[in-house]
Amino acid sequence: MSAVGEAAESPRGKPGSGESSPEGLRPALFRYLLRLGDTSLVLGQRLGEWVGHSPALEEDLGLANISLDLIGQARLLLTYAGGIEGKGRDEDALAFLRDAPSFANLTLVEQPNGDFGRTIVRQCLLDAWQLELYEALASSRDARLSSIASKAVKETRYHFHYSSDWLVRLGDGTAESHGRVQRALEDLWRFTEELFAADEVEEQLGRAGVAPVLADLQPRWSSRMDAALHEATLVKPPPSPYPWHGKRGVHTEHLGHLLAEMQHLQRTYPGARW
Amino acid sequence: MSNDWPLYEVFIRSRSGLEHKHVGSLHAADSKMAVDHARDVYTRRQEGVSIWVVRSADIIASDPLEADALFEPARDKVYRHPTFYAIPDEVKNL
Repeated sequence: MSAVGEAAESPRGKPGSGESSPEGLRPALFRYLLRLGDTSLVLGQRLGEWVGHSPALEEDLGLANISLDLIGQARLLLTYAGGIEGKGRDEDALAFLRDAPSFANLTLVEQPNGDFGRTIVRQCLLDAWQLELYEALASSRDARLSSIASKAVKETRYHFHYSSDWLVRLGDGTAESHGRVQRALEDLWRFTEELFAADEVEEQLGRAGVAPVLADLQPRWSSRMDAALHEATLVKPPPSPYPWHGKRGVHTEHLGHLLAEMQHLQRTYPGARW
Repeated sequence: MSNDWPLYEVFIRSRSGLEHKHVGSLHAADSKMAVDHARDVYTRRQEGVSIWVVRSADIIASDPLEADALFEPARDKVYRHPTFYAIPDEVKNL
């Protein structure tokens, strides 16, 4: 990823708006940063699969732009994670030299693209979540995390604008497009519970004021999604009782295939640069 | 899909105070989507701070076949350029 160069500059934080996290929080903060960074990275990679295959040239660029925003977020988050871990791993080592069980992304984002409508449903569910998350993280007590989130929230506002607009167009479109996005929604909805299921990592950081309490994000996410689904004439599926644990490293079979493609070059030619 | 979408012309203002300039065209289902597409296609390298889009079909253009009649007569009227004044040395920035 370092080939992209100048985009890696960390955004300037609001000076004096926070501080570094205390030593005792480091293990939890490392795991938390991986969760956020891997979620953006894996979704960015998924969207990259559309390049050259989108329904229109304009959507090709639209999806690629979102993909690059997400990969940019992943770079900032993984670079920070590597520093917190303190074992000399940079963004590239974390992105390209870990196997699936070490990835901590949400299970939702590793799900295959399917058709354009399914990609839009997945995107909208995640955008609405990242929007609430980054808005909350912008006032994190961790200064660096706060500055990363302040940059990301602007990008994410456009992502949600894009995906919710398409959700409405497809849901409230033809019988064919409505049926496709409704089926995708019913298939992907089961992964949304994980978005708000906190474990010891989020709980510890939540108490320390570094990360938001995940359950607090749910009402606003739900009302945002409800409004979009209503306008799209889509029916919200019932909650699914099965818990997914992508952020604890337990993934569906799809992640391994995605990583095989994403990591192929670095695995075959370790340290390759261009 | 894009074959079914009408064509739009895109105008971008690169900085506040400058005029919008025509930068190209794109397909979109409606004007709202056209603005989003213009953002995604034509402002990826910080080209602009404002976007206008207009349906290409709504532009009324001069007829290329009439170009001779419309534009040729101006060719030999150099006196229409304000280049025949002697400018005093004291005047800068003109």
